[in-house]
Amino acid sequence: MPEARLGKRLFLQGNIAVGEGAIAAGARFFAGYPITPSSEIAHHAAYCLPKVGGIYIQMEDEIGSISAIIGASMAGAKVYTATSGPGISLMNENIGLACMVEAPCVLINVQRAGPSTGLATKPAQGDFFQIRWGTHGDHSIIALSPATVQECFDLTIKAFNFAERFRTPVFVLMDEIIGKMHETIVVPNPQDIEIENRKLATCLPEEFKPYAYNEDLVPLFAPFGDIRINKANGSGHGQDGFPDNNPDNYDRLVRRLNDKIEKNKKRICLYKTFNCQDDTEILIIAYGCSVRPALAVIEQAARYGLKIGLLQLQTLWPFPDEIILKYSRKVKKIIVPELSLGQLRLEITRYIKDIPIKGVNKVGGMSITPEDIIKVIKAGNEE
Amino acid sequence: MKTPKVLIDYKLCKRCGICSHFCPKQVFVCDELNGAQVDKEEDCIACEKCVIMCPEMAIEIITQKEE
Amino acid sequence: MKYTGKKFIKKDSLPFFWCAGCGNGIILACLVRAMEENNFTQENTVIVTGIGCWGKADDYLNTHTFHGTHGRALAIATGIKLAKPSLEVIVLVGDGDGATIGGNHLIHAARRNMDITVIMSNNLNYGMTGGQYSGTTPYGSITSTSRYGHGEDEFNISELVKAAGAAYVAKETIANPLRLQKFISRALKKENGFRFVEAMSICPTHYGKENRLGKAAEMIEGLKKNSLKIDLIKDRRIDELTAKIIVGEYIDREVDGYIKRYREIQKKAQNKK
Repeated sequence: MPEARLGKRLFLQGNIAVGEGAIAAGARFFAGYPITPSSEIAHHAAYCLPKVGGIYIQMEDEIGSISAIIGASMAGAKVYTATSGPGISLMNENIGLACMVEAPCVLINVQRAGPSTGLATKPAQGDFFQIRWGTHGDHSIIALSPATVQECFDLTIKAFNFAERFRTPVFVLMDEIIGKMHETIVVPNPQDIEIENRKLATCLPEEFKPYAYNEDLVPLFAPFGDIRINKANGSGHGQDGFPDNNPDNYDRLVRRLNDKIEKNKKRICLYKTFNCQDDTEILIIAYGCSVRPALAVIEQAARYGLKIGLLQLQTLWPFPDEIILKYSRKVKKIIVPELSLGQLRLEITRYIKDIPIKGVNKVGGMSITPEDIIKVIKAGNEE
Repeated sequence: MKTPKVLIDYKLCKRCGICSHFCPKQVFVCDELNGAQVDKEEDCIACEKCVIMCPEMAIEIITQKEE
Repeated sequence: MKYTGKKFIKKDSLPFFWCAGCGNGIILACLVRAMEENNFTQENTVIVTGIGCWGKADDYLNTHTFHGTHGRALAIATGIKLAKPSLEVIVLVGDGDGATIGGNHLIHAARRNMDITVIMSNNLNYGMTGGQYSGTTPYGSITSTSRYGHGEDEFNISELVKAAGAAYVAKETIANPLRLQKFISRALKKENGFRFVEAMSICPTHYGKENRLGKAAEMIEGLKKNSLKIDLIKDRRIDELTAKIIVGEYIDREVDGYIKRYREIQKKAQNKK
């Protein structure tokens, strides 16, 4: 088990790279509950966190896990948990709590085949909408998704930065393939890692309001124990944290929770492009494990005499509609490979109306292959 | 000892009748229309039973020392 | 009175939203007096609540507070205390919140002896949602969801928490607020481990009305009449006890507490190469 070593080349499993990224980002509190295929993240946290003065606690269930990290976050800690789809299902109520009390936290979901217990050891990408809309009520959320072990490390750090910056839960949406695979990664030196921390209140205690509105839409934070009294409240509240059921107040609150993320899309939406040229005819849009067969197709594209580009979405939520529009402007066809019956594809169809969008879909618990994608591309060409 | 002063905060009183029921000296009268009223303040022995039993934290007893 | 505890009450948020005669105000007054007695401050105290009538208690307090979700106050408090052990963390749960939906968190927090204090207001039903039966509703009683008499037996929640391993467990009714305050105070004073005080309360609006127990004052008299001190129970037969409210200190033992244990784990981890 690697320790929190920085500044070197390491051969790591995706799950472990997430753990290393968390510690590099300054996370010092993990509460979790064992579940395949995410358990290595808990093993890593239990081993590494006490070494750096941090806390690992295994709670009685996933509901307890998310509750504990939200509590710890409001006490000032950088916090995370790791689970899989069934665990997210249990956490959903308190994901809303984290949105509402504005507790920065990172939630790692190593996806497996659902619904229900499904196939515990097989990959899937069926939680795309669950992480966005799983908790009840209007809210926004941030979700990042790595496609390589290097990205597991890098995007976990980004996830913590976004969580702290916007005081919101942030998902790292993994899958069994990315979580369990090993690759060599370069871990930068600590001084080269950009770390963002939540902005702290500095006002006089009597002037402090835990949910004060400001231009930024993100309230300044005072941890429990501060001389500024913090009132975390999952029910409708005013700027002072005390209950407020006034319709205008509540309307304004829900809009602010939404806007603080949706109005910062430009900053949050991360992506990569491969071979996207002016004359690209076919655009593959993918995330997570489905990026890998898509990359193989790009490499072979010339062999088939096709002009294919790949848009890899690293940020899934808030949905990068503008980026998708930009790269699909001139293409003739969009291909969306994913280990679901078309969740990402469905979201894309909300924005792209005039270009055919074909899915490459598998839900049997096996990876998509380059051949699967080629087959769909060719079938379309013959039409 | 002078007679203690029994103060009821009527912004808080909900007329539950607990104070008058538990007062050992029947200092209060209470009905659902008017709530608790201090009736025989001179009988108050400042035991503060009403203060600790009031679910609204609405009663205060002020004991004054002899001049 | 030596301690009023009023410095912890946010005056402009009064009156309490609870019904006339509700026992919650009596328990809250006991709590703030015990906090003052133990020199707690606004800054070093976090009160964590769940959902329910008693879960609204944080609305009247000017300490740090966390008003969380139904049943999860104990898990939230666990995170707060672990992340910042210097804080005094007090959890307020009702019988629905703590003994029913959150029962699993309760027994596990007691088992791992998290260094927090729990004050449970037990009024034998869900008040906020309209008087349905909870995990502590006695067999045979009428609630809005047991119109023909409740068919289940209830938890003796203090015995349960004691069996789970808590450092301190006490139970008292709101008929004896000074003794209730004393138990809360002892719980707050204890340095290590899980502390649990069960306050037997009343719900005149639902449980009292459904079971024809009279007005608030009569219900409190009923609690008093049915109370039996724990040191007297040896002489009594068990079947007689089941109808009684056993009050007193169920357990008061010295334990490490989880914070101390985890510090040792951190030390071991840091010494290992």
